[in-house]
Amino acid sequence: MAYDWIFTALGMTDACKTDSGPLLSLSSLRNEAPSPWDLPFPSLDTLNEACAAFPKTRDFTAALEDGFLYIRPALRTVLDPLTQPLSWALDGALTLFVEMPWWILVPLLILVAKLLSNSYKVAGIVAASFLFLLFVDYYEFAIQTLSIIFVCTVLCVAFGVPLGIAMSRSDRFQNAMIPILDMLQTLPTFVYLIPLIFLFNITEPKLYGLAIILYAIVPVVRLTNLGIRLVDRDVMEAVTAFGLTDRQKLYRVQIPLALPNIMAGVNQTIMMSLAMVVIASLVSAPGLGTLVLDGINNLRLGVGFLAGFGIVLIAIMLDRVSKAALARIDKSKKS
Amino acid sequence: MALGDVKISVQNLFKIYGYNPRAVQDKVYDGIDKSAFMQETGHVLALNNINVDMREGQITVVMGLSGSGKSTLIRHLNRLIEPTSGQIFLDGTDVLAMDEETLRNLRRRSMSMVFQKFALLPHRTVLANTILAPEARGENTKQSEDEARKWLARVGLEGMEDSYPSQLSGGMQQRVGLARALTSNADVMLMDEAFSALDPLIRTSMQDLLLELQRDLHKTIIFITHDLDEALKLADHLVVLKDGYIVQQGDPQEILLRPAARYIEEFIQDINRARVLKVKSIMSPTKTKRGCSDVVQGDDTLEAVINAHKGRIDGTFAVSDPNDATKIIGKVRMEDIYRALVRPQMQHDYEN
Ligand SMILES: Nc1ncnc2c1ncn2[C@@H]1O[C@H](COP(=O)(O)OP(=O)(O)OP(=O)(O)O)[C@@H](O)[C@H]1O
Ligand SMILES: [Mg+2]
Repeated sequence: MAYDWIFTALGMTDACKTDSGPLLSLSSLRNEAPSPWDLPFPSLDTLNEACAAFPKTRDFTAALEDGFLYIRPALRTVLDPLTQPLSWALDGALTLFVEMPWWILVPLLILVAKLLSNSYKVAGIVAASFLFLLFVDYYEFAIQTLSIIFVCTVLCVAFGVPLGIAMSRSDRFQNAMIPILDMLQTLPTFVYLIPLIFLFNITEPKLYGLAIILYAIVPVVRLTNLGIRLVDRDVMEAVTAFGLTDRQKLYRVQIPLALPNIMAGVNQTIMMSLAMVVIASLVSAPGLGTLVLDGINNLRLGVGFLAGFGIVLIAIMLDRVSKAALARIDKSKKS
Repeated sequence: MALGDVKISVQNLFKIYGYNPRAVQDKVYDGIDKSAFMQETGHVLALNNINVDMREGQITVVMGLSGSGKSTLIRHLNRLIEPTSGQIFLDGTDVLAMDEETLRNLRRRSMSMVFQKFALLPHRTVLANTILAPEARGENTKQSEDEARKWLARVGLEGMEDSYPSQLSGGMQQRVGLARALTSNADVMLMDEAFSALDPLIRTSMQDLLLELQRDLHKTIIFITHDLDEALKLADHLVVLKDGYIVQQGDPQEILLRPAARYIEEFIQDINRARVLKVKSIMSPTKTKRGCSDVVQGDDTLEAVINAHKGRIDGTFAVSDPNDATKIIGKVRMEDIYRALVRPQMQHDYEN
């Protein structure tokens, strides 16, 4: 017991005594003099050996847990109704797209891809991918993944673009937001799930919905802010000189000129949603991620591979379509 | 308001850039210069006691070198920049007292602006760019487009309505800028180095276009330039700015003939006096053409007169009113014309 002498020196031997305190330790039993090589760092567990009144690390994490559980009901009463629409939206989209017969939905998606990208090649990639997924019976999982991405991306844009606009208007708000965005982007994806698991039931769709949105909203916020700040100062001065109101400036000048950047943000948001929706299968998000998880948990290598390939196909489809749409916007700006 | 009345009056205008302009404002005393002020306070004295009257229907040119405060001055007129102190009146109304709504109305209806870097909206067609002011006013699109087409045709851009700015050359882009300002139908047109980014030939043709438009429209134009030739060509009233203060202002011919400071003398050293000076500026007033061999027009340049008389060095000419060829306003001898070509001696010492 390397640190006994501190508490003895401080005359705290009595204060340290607890009923459940350790009476003997291994080294004292063996009666060995502790070698300096074995000197442990005075961590919580080591100090607890010397003085039982010290909490162990286990006690510390338990206290954190208790604290969290203590504020949980209060947080839930606020957050639950606020986030409930997210659950409805996810459930609704999942039911809608899964129930829709494949021979309606697949042609529809190919058509949307064609309209957005204005390219037969991209539409062809989408068609081939879906045919493959249908053929290997992973179509339903893929559609679940896509529905979740769709809902989350729409919400990311709906909240992210106004946030980005607000950031572009106020340096103070921007300075306050940047650390938050940095944190959201750098937190390892698993870590997101922890507070959310505490807050919501694991069966609630909003649990994974929130995780995806928090993770994927960052680029669209950042790039909206950047895009608006990058609008030519001379142009902004000119429209001010001609008496446009702030609202006119925003809708007629700033957003149209920032659109290429905003769309680049949307593209990244979509790709990050996909990354997160796979991980979110740990917390009951349906889709291809569950198959990957199954592959890992039960060592079904084939299932894992095929599901992984399906995810790659989805990634390629989403990326190609959104990039082609972005390129069209860019081009119309330049012409 | 009649032509020649004061349209915009700038009085005792100061602008200090920096961390706390109001705190250092009383450090400005008569005759302090920009660099001394910078050293003392760490602030930029961009405008130092500016007093100018800009008259209805005239082109007031503000000329000065880079950093002399020209852009700062013109942006005060529509309050893109707020002054540190001073007054600005438009038609007798205090511009600085205007609230946001009134100010916006002034920018939409009373003052238009043309920019050095054109500042067109890249995502809009030429036509959609041109209707900016009526659009800001919330006017009927169809009507304002008709108006815009008219002005585009007037500046020589017929058939370009559906192009995008990036498809046009610099000169054409600035024509769009000009048409945009004209479509606003404002009395006052602010032009900040509007032609400086254009190459010399296009620049000259734009100056001619502006003068031609001005003959019909009689706008009140505030024109910024760093180019003396351009200033002399366009100005009815010339204001010479240096380090934020006005060195001399007045009729440009007057400034050429009677420079009030060493700075001006040096500035006008290299200009071609024959092409700039007009006969009426050097004539002696009289009402008869007795003793005169010929009649010349008051607005003729000296070069034109010398040329018309094939370089002969004698003769006396009657000078006619530029607006009425039958009215004689003075006479001039060929001798006076040649003498006026000689640069005046430097008479002023350096100010410091
Ligand atoms: N926003 C600003 N902050 C600080 N100083 C400024 C600012 N704008 C202009 N200045 C300074 O004020 C002075 C006048 O600038 P201004 O742009 O009006 O000059 P200018 O005559 O238009 O020059 P140029 O021919 O280069 O356009 C310069 O010394 C400049 O450095
Ligand atoms: Mg300037």
